[in-house]
Amino acid sequence: MSAHQTSPRTAQAGGKANPVLLKVSNVAMHFGGLVAISDMSFTLREGELLSLIGPNGAGKTTAFNVVTGFIRPTKGTVHFKDVNLADHSPYEIASMGLVRTFQRTSLFTNETVFDNVLTGLHLQGKASFLDTILALPSFRREERDLKEQVWDLLDFVGLSHRAKEQSGSLPYGEQRLLGVAIALAARAQLLLLDEPAAGMNGAETARFMEILQKIRQRNISILLVEHDMPLVMGVSDRVIVLNYGKIIADGTPAEIQNNPDVIEAYLGQGVKQHA
Amino acid sequence: MKSLSTVVILLLLLTLPFWLQDPYYQHIVITTGLFIIGAMSLNLLLGYTGQLNLGHIAFFGIGAYISALTSLGFDIPAFYGDGRIVVEPGSPVVGFLLAVIIAGLCGFIVGKLSFKIRGAYFVIVTISFAEVTRLVALNWVELTQGPLALNNIPPMGYNLPFIGSGEFWSKTPNYYLVLALGLVCYVIIRRIVRSRVGRAMIALRENEPLAVSAGINVTRYLNFAATVSAAMAGAAGSLYAHYIRIIDPDVFLFIYTVTMVIMVITGGKGTLIGPIVGGIIFGILPVGLREVAGPEIQWIVYGVAMVLIVMFLPQGIVPALLRVWERKFGSGNDPQSERRQRDGTAPKPARPKGKTLKATGADA
Repeated sequence: MSAHQTSPRTAQAGGKANPVLLKVSNVAMHFGGLVAISDMSFTLREGELLSLIGPNGAGKTTAFNVVTGFIRPTKGTVHFKDVNLADHSPYEIASMGLVRTFQRTSLFTNETVFDNVLTGLHLQGKASFLDTILALPSFRREERDLKEQVWDLLDFVGLSHRAKEQSGSLPYGEQRLLGVAIALAARAQLLLLDEPAAGMNGAETARFMEILQKIRQRNISILLVEHDMPLVMGVSDRVIVLNYGKIIADGTPAEIQNNPDVIEAYLGQGVKQHA
Repeated sequence: MKSLSTVVILLLLLTLPFWLQDPYYQHIVITTGLFIIGAMSLNLLLGYTGQLNLGHIAFFGIGAYISALTSLGFDIPAFYGDGRIVVEPGSPVVGFLLAVIIAGLCGFIVGKLSFKIRGAYFVIVTISFAEVTRLVALNWVELTQGPLALNNIPPMGYNLPFIGSGEFWSKTPNYYLVLALGLVCYVIIRRIVRSRVGRAMIALRENEPLAVSAGINVTRYLNFAATVSAAMAGAAGSLYAHYIRIIDPDVFLFIYTVTMVIMVITGGKGTLIGPIVGGIIFGILPVGLREVAGPEIQWIVYGVAMVLIVMFLPQGIVPALLRVWERKFGSGNDPQSERRQRDGTAPKPARPKGKTLKATGADA
């Protein structure tokens, strides 16, 4: 579980040919006197799987919220497909194809697994208010199409057998998978996963890694924030290390693992533990 | 089974004037029916988007006044005394349509003003809105006659080529009007909540950040729900005005909104038939009690019934009954909502095995 696994993908996705999908330029985020991010710049290319790591409190989740437009940065800009996100609200950003999951499990817990994904497919529907009230044939067809798409997505993450269960009653690992399915339903081009493997056991993590690979085969880029080092080092093309609101390293997993700054700041024991 | 009970209920409703001939009871059924429509429309907002409108009666009252004024006509000074606005008496049907449109517009504006902030602010804005409309109705005497009330409002009528014309003076046609409106509103609400639009509303109620990250423009759906909800209340208000034929500013009283909220909460908010069940109980209960007990006992029983329901059936009567039903007859009738059962069943058992389906959402 380390560097050599990543190399074929690195060659394929990290090649400089792919256009830049996400460009974060000199972003700073202050909450009152607290500096969560002091200066952060990085880019993510199409097809890439980029991981953002760092010790607790390094500013990862803040970075995440800035990128998805849930909070506006104090300074700096975020461009997605050359569009400045500062001009758009979170739901518009989602509709451009930049979709996130949440750190703590975030589902429509009172709804079934099926309905969760169906709701996530919101952007695929076009029916107007009037179509809905009149229940025109086009509206009915669309509802049927959406339901078929739900089954596809549930198959994709392996939750079809749970379709009718209430999502809040799923085991934790499956709830996280459902969160990913909801994000995929929003037609993500760039998927931002906020600690998706937190709380998963070994088997669930392994399964999750397989799903990450399958997502990548669909040409979806991924920005991953994660604590699970074997996972990060196993799947990433590139890793960015954030510490005290600053990027202290940026490189392939192998480079990061050998970077003295990183080892000193954070990975020192981590690498040994997981090696 | 389900369609059978639907047919039976529809037959009962359609034949009601024949087996319930006492005019007093018919009157109760009509007014309760109008209140149930109000409660149903309130439920669209409260039950499905989670926003509490404590000024819902304002839209009912606006509908009533608009419809009454259209059919009575009015003549008021305007332009700082330089002229007058004169409206000739018009058809109650036009009044009804105007009531729907203007009430809906008011709902849209109130929503537009307050949904950016939502929650408690929306509650406050709606209460204030209802109070302001009441004060306008009370004090704009030239237009509304203030506390003297608008009298002699013509009944609803029709004037159609080939069929002729008529007016609905008696209770039976008014009952059918209310029934028709109720059915139309029920169907519209049902279609909305069981569609993508309704799912967006529920998503907002359940988990707003997740709804936003799924690309749902939350404010837009709130505005839509508020508009539809207000338009329906306005329609009910219009029928009320032409049935009762006298409207005074008391139609805007806070207690009426509270009554509707009680109907929705006790019946089961976020369910389609909850407001109807709640409306029947709290519309009929006072009448039943009137025959056996004095007014003070009535209010006590009313209050006790409400407290008991809220204590023991916090989600309302309908969800509780559905849960009992499910325990007895197995799943299939899900307690949470009828929505689930619909979604799960249709494609599931016989879903196509071959994956011929088009590209799914993610890679399309």
